[in-house]
Parts: sequence; C-alpha cells; structure tokens
Amino acid sequence: MDTAVKKKKLGLKPRYRAMTRGLDWQTSYQDMDKIFPYDKYEGIKIHDWDKWEDPFRLTMDAYWKYQGEKEKKLYAVIDAFAQNNGQLGVADARYVNALKLFIQGVSPLEYCAHRGFAHAGRHFTGVGARVASQMQSIDELRHYQTQVHTISNYNKYFNGMHKNIHWFDRVWYLSVPKSFFEDAMTGGPFEFLTAVSFSFEYVLTNLLFVPFMSGAAHNGDMATVTFGFSAQSDESRHMTLGIECIKFILEQDPANVPIVQRWIDKWFWRGYRLLSLVAMMQDYMLPKRVMSWKEAWEMYAESNGGALFKDLARYGIRPPKGWEDACEGKDHISHQAWNTFYNYNAAAPFHTWTPNAEEMDWLSEKYPDTFDQYYKPRFEYFGKKHKEGERFYNTTLPMLCQICQIPMVFHEPGDPGAICYRETDHDGDKYHFCSDHCKEIFTNEPEKYVQSWLPVHQIYQGNCFPEGTDPTVEGFDPLAAVLDYYEIEVGRDNFDFADSEDRKNFREWNGGVEEEVSP
Amino acid sequence: MKLTTLTDYPYEAKDRRENFPAPLLYIGWDDHMMFCAPVCLPLPADTPFGALQAEILGGVYGAHPDFKEIDWDVVTWLKSGKPFTPDSALSLAENGLGHKDVIRFITPGLTGIKGSHA
Repeated sequence: MDTAVKKKKLGLKPRYRAMTRGLDWQTSYQDMDKIFPYDKYEGIKIHDWDKWEDPFRLTMDAYWKYQGEKEKKLYAVIDAFAQNNGQLGVADARYVNALKLFIQGVSPLEYCAHRGFAHAGRHFTGVGARVASQMQSIDELRHYQTQVHTISNYNKYFNGMHKNIHWFDRVWYLSVPKSFFEDAMTGGPFEFLTAVSFSFEYVLTNLLFVPFMSGAAHNGDMATVTFGFSAQSDESRHMTLGIECIKFILEQDPANVPIVQRWIDKWFWRGYRLLSLVAMMQDYMLPKRVMSWKEAWEMYAESNGGALFKDLARYGIRPPKGWEDACEGKDHISHQAWNTFYNYNAAAPFHTWTPNAEEMDWLSEKYPDTFDQYYKPRFEYFGKKHKEGERFYNTTLPMLCQICQIPMVFHEPGDPGAICYRETDHDGDKYHFCSDHCKEIFTNEPEKYVQSWLPVHQIYQGNCFPEGTDPTVEGFDPLAAVLDYYEIEVGRDNFDFADSEDRKNFREWNGGVEEEVSP
Repeated sequence: MKLTTLTDYPYEAKDRRENFPAPLLYIGWDDHMMFCAPVCLPLPADTPFGALQAEILGGVYGAHPDFKEIDWDVVTWLKSGKPFTPDSALSLAENGLGHKDVIRFITPGLTGIKGSHA
C-alpha cells in the first residue's frame, strides 16, 4: 500500500508573489511606453513599482472561490424574498423610491467603475496595481449585476425602475452621477485611482453605502441588506486599495504631492456634491429613519476624515479645499436637494412628497438651527397647496452648474437665504458655477468642461426629443417630447407619491391599510 | 492651466450661441428659494426688457404667493451680481444682455414664505 504523499504547498506570501508579480515582463519588440501610453503622461513619477503593497494578497483562484460562495448565499436570499412576496413587507411604498434612486443613479456607477478599473488595470506598468485594479473591475461588474438581480423583484411590482440604463444616459438629474464618473474615467489612471479609490471609496463611501444598507434594514428590505453584505467585503478591499495607492504615489516622488493634492481637492468636492442625492434620501425618503445626514456627516466625514488628513499631513497633504464648506453644508443640502426634486418631479422617474407631521418634527429636532427657519415653511406651503388640489410643479428649466451639473440650488456659504452664484469668462463665453470649488475645477481645466453635456442646454438645443420630432409644428409640447425621449411613463413613473399608482397598489396588496403620508 | 493630454485634440465648446435658437438668459429671484434654482430661458435678443415683467416672469414665478405682491416700481436688478439698471423699453441686447448672462431681481419687503427666503 502506498503511503499518501503530502502535496507541497506554497505559503501565502510566496504564492501571491508567484501568481502576480511574475506577470510584469518587459517588452522587447515594442517600446514599453508605446504599449503603456497612459502610465506617465499625467506627470506622476514612479521609481519602484515593487514598493506597491497589496495587504490582501488575494490571488485570482481564491477570488473566484470567495465570490462564488457569497453569490450562492445572496441568490438564495433573493429567491426566498421573491417566493415570500418580501416586497409587501417594506415599511411603506415610499421606501421603494430610495431603491429607484439607487438603481437609477448608483448601480450604473458600478458599471462605470467596472470599465474604469479595467482600463486602469490595463495601463499601469506595475503589476501589483494592475492585479488590484483588475479584481476591482470584476467586483464592480458583479455589484452591478447583483444589484439589478436584487432590485428586479421590485421592478415587477413598482414603477420607476424599468429603464435605468436608458435614463442614466438621458434624464437631467442622472447627468450628475454620470458626469462625475465620466470625468474620472477620462483622466489618466493615476487620477482615476485618486478620484475613485481614494476620494470616493476611501473618504466618502461610508456615506453612500451605510445609509442605503441601514435604510434597507430599518425598512424591512432584507434582499437589499443581503446584497449590501455581499458587497461589503469587496468594499473594504477597495478602501484599502484607495489608501494604499495614495500613500504609494506620495512616497514615490515629492513632485507627485502637488498633483495629488489638486486631485484630492477636486475629487473630494465632486464626490461631496454627488452625495447630495444620498443626503436627501436619508432625510426624506426613508419612512423609518436611520440617522440624519448631518449625523452621518459628523460621524463618517468629520471624525474619520479629520483623522485621515492628520495622518496624511506627513506626506505634505492638507485637507481638501472644500472641506469647511462641505461641513457647513451639512445643515442644508438634504433639504435643498429634496426641494429640487419636489420642484421638478414631473421630469424625474421616482416620487416625491411633503414630509408628514411626525417627519417634520424629526427634521426640526435633527436640524435645530436651520429646518424651522429656512425649510419647513416651504414644505408646509407645498402640503397645503397640494391639499387644495394645486400641487406645485416648477415648469421652467433650471440653471445648472457647469461642473457638478446640479441645478444652482446651493446657498452662499454663511448666508442660507441666498443662492451661491459664481461665474467666469472663457474663450468668449460665460460659465456658471454653484460654488468656489466647482469654479476652481473649471479654471484648472477649462478645455475639459466646456464640453459638458448639460441636460437643460441640450433640451434647448433640440437634442432631447425623439427622432423625427418637428418642434415647429403648431401646438408642439416640448416637455411632453422630452419625457417621451426619456421614455418616462407619464403618470406612472413621475409626479407626487400621494397620487401614485405605487401607493394605490401597495395599499390594495396590504388589504387597504393606509400609510401615514402627507397630505 | 492647460489640460494634460496624450495628444492634441480640439476642444469644442458645447454651448456656443449658434447652437441655440435664441440666446440663453438666466434669471433668479432673490429670497425666493421655493423655486429651487434660478431658471434658464432661451429669449430672442430683440425681446423688450419690459416683456420679462409683463409676460415672462408671471409664467415662471406666478405660483409664488409673493409674486402678485411685487411692486415693480421698487424692484432692483443685478447682472453678474452687480447693480444693473435696465431700460424696460429697450431690448435685452440693447440693455447689454448676451448669451448666458445671469440677472437677478430683488423685491424689497418680500422675503418669501413666512420670511424664510423660500
């Protein structure tokens, strides 16, 4: 009888080395710079790629195994959720609008991240960075898919979820996340990592993920919670990549510091503006609230971020320029954003509403310095007009910021009763901004942002009507033509929740039980 | 600062005047943030400035309870944040307003719903 021979196994470290670091061969028929053209042009100097540390030391074979296991669990929960009509168990049908915002505005970003990291992974000459980017690229594709699969069960029962990709490329407010990511993807690979891995994933991601996932847990949506858990271990790997890559770049050459600082200034602010959507979701769209935007900002940005930038000071990095204005905005942006969607709900494929009495009290309590003084009166007025049969809809298109593409809704820092206007002239044209920081992003690279696809301007240029539309015919209704181009089902996807099919259906499915909504 | 790129390529501004049927004018009403943002309107250059008050602004802001209270004789204007004294009888162009200019109007005594600047 043969004795069983124990197979020789490599330890974790040599195994990782063998499965990653051997991949960075030098080309001989072609110049390396021709094959990796994006590696140097941004001005970032890398002297020794071997200094790149990947603390997870994850190799591809282990990656497939882990992800496969997570996937099995997630799809079992999704199945159970569908079989048990889990959609009937959410707090009330208003909650589903947070999921609409997610599938419309967040999930497509996962797909953009998949593309962006695939590109970065192809173009770094350092093999550690390449492997990390490629794995993250696959993660992001998996996140997009699992989000679509999780939320598709809701799509069978609720409006506003059936065209997320079509909308992402067209609908006015979705140009905010879209332009954010396309700005990052059209930078070089080092800017992309600073933008997405560091500024977004490391500094700001908790402010995106935690509110949506805790919101799901508090509002009875176990399918989305499970998706969140399934993505969480990936997110911690992504965050680690974010902090490692920034330290690596900064340690490689002192000339890298000012370039990275400018990117951090820019991408912190762009990420912060994008999070206005999450802020309003947290404060207005969850029937059962988790914490206010202000509390989340204090916990995840002010305390964690403060410690981070103290740590980075030894590299010569200071906190982003927009930091103080962002902290000042914590009392305001959720209210300003909700007001925006309340104004333009005819053109957005999810529902808005005025907070009910108990919710108004919660907002007053959470925002003692601002809500009663600046925001409550308008929402009370909206509620009163709606009761009288005159629900307010703003029918004139708004002025947009050239950079963040958000309507110019933000206040002048220090003066909450006034809109912040900034402008500059470039090459014979005027450009307008919501803040000093968006303006500075423009003046640093005006050639890039004169090309912005601003939805309001595109509508006025006649580019947002269905093909073959003749805007010169008598009785032409431009808003109807734009909604047609968006493929929004008027009266089902849009308008106030109080009058919606979602609300009516949900009530019937739950045996006529009425939720506490206003008016 | 010049954009860092791999190769030269032409940067075409998307929102040049010639791309629109009429020049764009941005209009804001100070202290009335119930309308979440200033508005953007394509207005022919020969539109008389007085038409803003007489025909256009009612369609934009008429839903606000303060709108019918406005005393147009005391309204003041800003252009790019600086005081601006338009002549109602002259056209937008003759008042010096061009493509993508921003003007604001201030209505003394009116500070929005319950004085909330909304």
